[in-house]
Amino acid sequence: MKGFKDLFTALAAVFLGLAAGAILMLAIGSNPLEGFAYLFRGGLMNVERIGNTLATATTLTLTGLAMAFAFRTGLFSIGASGQMLVGGLAATALGLGLHLPKAAMLPLMLLAATAAGAAWGFVPGYLKARFNVHEVVSTIMLNWIAYWTVYYAVPAYFKAEYLETESARIPEYASLKVAWLTRLSQGSFLNLGIFVALACAVLVAIVLNRTTLGFELKAVGFNRHAAEFAGIDVPRKMALSLGISGALAGLAGATFYVGYAVNMQIGVLPSQGMDGVAVALLGANSPLGVVLSALFFGILHSGKGFMNAMTKIPPEIGDTIIAVIIYFAATSVLFTRVWDAITARKRRKA
Amino acid sequence: MWDMVARIFPYAVAYSMPLLAASLGGLFSERSGVVNIGLEGLMVVGNFVCAVTISKLQPSLGQGAIWIGLAAAALSGLAFSLLHAVASINLSANQVISGTAINMVSTALTVFLARTITGSGNVHITLGFVPFDVPVLSGIPILGPLLFTKTYVTTWLLLAILLLSWFVLYKTPFGLRLRACGEHPQTADAAGVNVYRIRYAGVLISGALAGLAGGTILVTFSGEFNGTVAGLGFLALAALIFGKWKPLGILGATFFFGFAATLANVSQVVPLLARIPGIVLKAFPYVVTLLALVAFSKTTQGPRAAGEIYDAGKR
Amino acid sequence: MDDYIVEMLNITKRFPGILANDDISIQLRKGEILALLGENGAGKSTLMSILFGLYKADSGSIRLKGREVHIPNPNVANELGIGMVHQHFKLVHNFTVTENIVLGLEPRKAGIVVDLKRAAERIARLSETYGLNVDPWARIEDITVGMQQRVEILKMLYRDAEVLIFDEPTAVLTPQEIVDLMAIMRNLLGEGKSIILITHKLKEIKAIADRCTVIRRGKVIGTVQVSETDEARMAEMMVGRAVSFSVEKAPREPGGVVLDIEGLNVLSARKTHAVADLSLQVRYGEILGLAGVDGNGQTELVEALTGLRKAQSGSIRLKGADITNAPVRARIRSGIAHIPEDRQRRGLVLDYSMEDNLVLEIYGLPPYSRRGFLDRKAIRAHADKLMGDFDVRAGEGSLAAARSLSGGNQQKAIVGREIDHDPDLLVAVQPTRGLDVGSIEYIHKRLVEQRDRGKAVLLVSLELDEIMDLSDRIAVISHGSIAGVLDPKSVTESEIGLMMAGSRKGEAQ
Repeated sequence: MKGFKDLFTALAAVFLGLAAGAILMLAIGSNPLEGFAYLFRGGLMNVERIGNTLATATTLTLTGLAMAFAFRTGLFSIGASGQMLVGGLAATALGLGLHLPKAAMLPLMLLAATAAGAAWGFVPGYLKARFNVHEVVSTIMLNWIAYWTVYYAVPAYFKAEYLETESARIPEYASLKVAWLTRLSQGSFLNLGIFVALACAVLVAIVLNRTTLGFELKAVGFNRHAAEFAGIDVPRKMALSLGISGALAGLAGATFYVGYAVNMQIGVLPSQGMDGVAVALLGANSPLGVVLSALFFGILHSGKGFMNAMTKIPPEIGDTIIAVIIYFAATSVLFTRVWDAITARKRRKA
Repeated sequence: MWDMVARIFPYAVAYSMPLLAASLGGLFSERSGVVNIGLEGLMVVGNFVCAVTISKLQPSLGQGAIWIGLAAAALSGLAFSLLHAVASINLSANQVISGTAINMVSTALTVFLARTITGSGNVHITLGFVPFDVPVLSGIPILGPLLFTKTYVTTWLLLAILLLSWFVLYKTPFGLRLRACGEHPQTADAAGVNVYRIRYAGVLISGALAGLAGGTILVTFSGEFNGTVAGLGFLALAALIFGKWKPLGILGATFFFGFAATLANVSQVVPLLARIPGIVLKAFPYVVTLLALVAFSKTTQGPRAAGEIYDAGKR
Repeated sequence: MDDYIVEMLNITKRFPGILANDDISIQLRKGEILALLGENGAGKSTLMSILFGLYKADSGSIRLKGREVHIPNPNVANELGIGMVHQHFKLVHNFTVTENIVLGLEPRKAGIVVDLKRAAERIARLSETYGLNVDPWARIEDITVGMQQRVEILKMLYRDAEVLIFDEPTAVLTPQEIVDLMAIMRNLLGEGKSIILITHKLKEIKAIADRCTVIRRGKVIGTVQVSETDEARMAEMMVGRAVSFSVEKAPREPGGVVLDIEGLNVLSARKTHAVADLSLQVRYGEILGLAGVDGNGQTELVEALTGLRKAQSGSIRLKGADITNAPVRARIRSGIAHIPEDRQRRGLVLDYSMEDNLVLEIYGLPPYSRRGFLDRKAIRAHADKLMGDFDVRAGEGSLAAARSLSGGNQQKAIVGREIDHDPDLLVAVQPTRGLDVGSIEYIHKRLVEQRDRGKAVLLVSLELDEIMDLSDRIAVISHGSIAGVLDPKSVTESEIGLMMAGSRKGEAQ
C-alpha cells in the first residue's frame, strides 16, 4: 500500500503547511479563512485564473520532474534554477535571432533549451562521476554562474529597447503562446508548454518504470554498490541522470521565458528551481505525484497576488507555505509512524 | 601591483569572516555526523534578525545595539537550526532535504516578515562597525597594512572563535566525543556517549555560528537585509570540503574564496581589474570553487558517518 | 546456592516480527568461562546486548552477585563491572588506541582538557599485566585486526570490568591468534575475572570453556559441563537434530585451467600493496579453497578478479582470454559469477523486489528486455523458477522486497542467481556467513554440485572448517600472495595456520 502511504504523507504535509500559513496570517493580524479564500480563489476563480494556474504549473511540473528524476538516482541536484536560466537563454537567443515560421521555430527553440539544460546538468554529473564532487555544491555553483551569465549576456546581446534589466520581447512566432489557447483561457498566460510538460511526465513515467535505463538508474539510486557489482556503469549513469534532469529543467526554462513570459529578466534566480524540489518531494518522486503537486503549487503561486491585493498579507506567504510543506514532507517518517500505528491497530482489531 | 593587493586585502579579510563563521558552523555539524546545507538560510535568518534588532534598538542604545544585534543573530540561528536538528536526528529525515527546506523557509519567512515591517522587504540600517587600524601592529612593515589596517572588531572576534573551536574540538572530552559521533556513532554509543545529544549540540552550534555570520555581513560591509546572502552559505560548505574539515584548513579555504569574491566586487575601482569582463570576475569565485573541489576530490574524506541516519535501535 | 556472579532470569525480548529471547535464564559462576552456544540468529547476541545495556529486555531480571540490577545503558554496565568485546569492533578508525579506550571516560587535566598522557601510561601498564602488547599511540586503522581486538579487551580492563563478554571473538583470527586469545582468557581468569563466550564453534568451546549453555531459536535448551559432553551432542542440542559435519564429496579429476592469474598486483583503498605478485590457477571440476586471515588481500583479489577494482600489473586470463582490464559486465558475460562477501551491500538492491534482484546482471539481455524495454512476464517467470529451485522463502514470492527476506533466504537467492548464470568460474566469498545450519548445508551442497558438473569454484572463506571440508585443493594467501597450495586430505589445520601466520612477521606472539 505504498501509494496510499505516500498520499497520506503528502496530504499531512500539505495540511501542516497550510496550518503554518494560517498561523502566520493570524500573527500579522489577518483572518486566515479570508486569506486562504482569496488565495485559492485567486488561483481558481475564473477561467482566466485557472489558465494562469495551469501555466504556472507547467513550469513547476517540468522542474519537479527534473528533481524527481535526479532524486530517484540518488542524486541531490538543486541546479534547476540555473538550468532554467540557460535553457531560457538558449530559447530566447534563437527566438530573437532566427526568423522562421512558428511551426519550425518552436521545435528548434525547445530543442535548444533542452540541449542547454542538458549540458548544464551534465557538468555536475560528469564532475560527480569522474571526481566524486558532491552535486549539492556543484549545482549551486552552476546556478550562480548561470545567473551571472544571463546578467551580462542579456544586456550585451539581447537588450530590450528601453530597459537595461530585461531582454527584448520575443516575437509572436517565437512564443509558445498560441491564439486559440489564449482565447480559450480568456487571456491568461496558458501556452503550449502545458502539453510539453504533460508529455514529459508520461515519458519520465515510461522510462522509470518500463525501460532498462530506468531499472539501472533506480538501482544506482537505491544501492550503487550492488549496481556496480551487477556490471552497471555507475558513474556514467549518474552523469546521464543529471543530464536528463538538466534537460527537463532547461525545457522548464523555455516554457517560462518564451511561454509564460515574453522576455527574460536579469538579476533573478527563478524560484521554480527550488520549488521543483518541493514538487518532487511532495509528489513522492513519481511523475503523477509531480503533476498533482505542481497543480497545487500553481494554485498557491497564482493566488498569492490576488490575496495580497485583497488583504495586506504579503505574497511571500505562498513561498513560506511551500517551504513548510517541504519540511514536513522531509520528516515524513513521522507520518509513516502514524500511518503504521493506525494500520496496525486496524489489523489487530480485524 | 603591491598597492592594489594592500588595498584589497582588508576587504578580502572582511568578506571572508562571515564565510569563516558559517564554515566553522558547518564543521561542528558535519563532524558530529549531521550534514547541514541549511547554512545559507540560517545566515539569512541571522542577517534579518540582526537588522531588525539594530533598527529597533538604535535610538535607545546607540553603538551598543550592534552587539545586541549580533547576539540576537546568533540566537536566532540557533533557534532556527532546531528545526533541522529535530528533523535529522529525531525524525530520521534526509539531511540534505531538511537543509534545503531550512533554506527555503528562511528566505520566504524573513522576506515575509520584512515586508510587514518595512513594506519593501528590505531592512536598511544606518549603524555598523567602523573599520579601524590596530594600534602598533598596523605599523609593522608588510604585515601591518595587510592584516592590521581597516579591520573590523568582528574579525578579531571570529578569529578568537576559530581558536576556541580548535581547542574544543581537539583538546576537550566534548570534542573527542563529537568527532567519534561523526566517524562511528555505534562506538560512541557503546562508550556511553549520548549520540543524539552530541549531534544536537553540533547542529545548534552550526546554527549559532551561521546566524552570527549573517549578522556580521550586515554590520561590516552590507548594511542592509535584502533576503539573500548570495550563495555564501554554500561557499562555506565548499570551504569546509576544501579545508578538509579542519579549523585551520577552513581558515585558509575561506580566505581564498573571500579573496576571489572580493576581486569581483572591487573590480570597478581597480584599473587593472576593470578591464576584465564583468562576468568573468563575478563568476570567478564559483568557477574557482568547482575547480578546487575537483582538485581536492582525490584526497577528501569527510567524517565517515556524516549524512547517515543514526538509529540507536539498530545497535 | 552457587557462587553466581551474573544471573539473567526469564529474559524475554521481542523485535518486530521476531521473538529473539523467549524466557531465557542463564547463570555465570565467578571465575569460569561460560560458553553461549547457538546458531546464527539464535538470540545469543541479543541476550548479551541486554546484559551490556544496549537493549532493554521486555521482561525478566538481571542479578549481579545476588543483587538485582537495572542496566539501561553501557555506562551503567561498565560501572557495574560488565564489559563487552563486540563481534564488529566498536572502534573509531582514525583515533589512536588511547583515544578509543578513554572515549566516554576521559581523564581530565585542569578540568577541561583530556589528559591523554596519563591514560596512555595506565593503558601501557594494563597491556603489560595481561600480556596484550598494544601500543597506546597507534592509530586503529594502522594496526592488525588481532591487535584491534586486544584494544577492545583493554577497553574493558581500563574500566575495571569483572565480567567480560566475548562475542564471536575468533571469527577474525588466525589459528595462532586463537591460541593466544585463549591464553589471554586464562590470564584473565587468573586475575579473578569471569567470562561469557558467545560462539558457534564447538572446537573452541571444548578447548576453553567450563560450562556451555545452548540456545536455540530464542530458548535455552540446556546447560552442560563441557568436559563431559562431546561435540556431536552439543551440535545436536544447537540444531535440534543430528548434524553431519562434512559434505558428501566424490573424488574427481580436475580438468583444464579455467582461471590463470599471473603476477597480479593490486593496491588497496589505502594504497597499500594488498595483492603482491600473486599467481594462481583454478581448474575445471574443482573447488579451490582460498584460506587466509582477513586482511591479507582476499578482498582486493576478488575485486580485481571480478572487475570491481583496478589491478596495477599482472594478468588475469579466463579460458585463455585476457580479462585483466575488462569491465564488470564483460566478465559476467564471459563466464564468471560472484557470490559477494556482503550480501546486503553488493549482492542485493534491498529496496528492489526479488524478481528485479534476480535479473540484476541480465536485465539487458533477451528475453528479459527487448530494445530497452523490460519484459515483466519473462522476469517474473524467471524469478518464480529460481526461487522454487533454490528454496528461497519469501512472503510475497517474487514480488517481495528483498529487504523482507531472512539472511539465509537472501543468500540462497544470490547463490541461485549466480549459479543460474551457468558460469565457468563461480567465485564464492564467505558464502555461508551468518547463516543457520540448514542454509549452510544447502549452499555447500550446491557448491559441490557445481564442481561435480565440471565447473570451477573459487571458495574464499575465513572459516577454516568450511575450506577443509569443501576444497579439492587449498591455496593459502598471506601478505598478498600465495604462500602455498595444499592437499586438504594430507595437511593439518595447524600447518595451514602456520602458513597463514607467515603473514604475522614482525608481530610478537
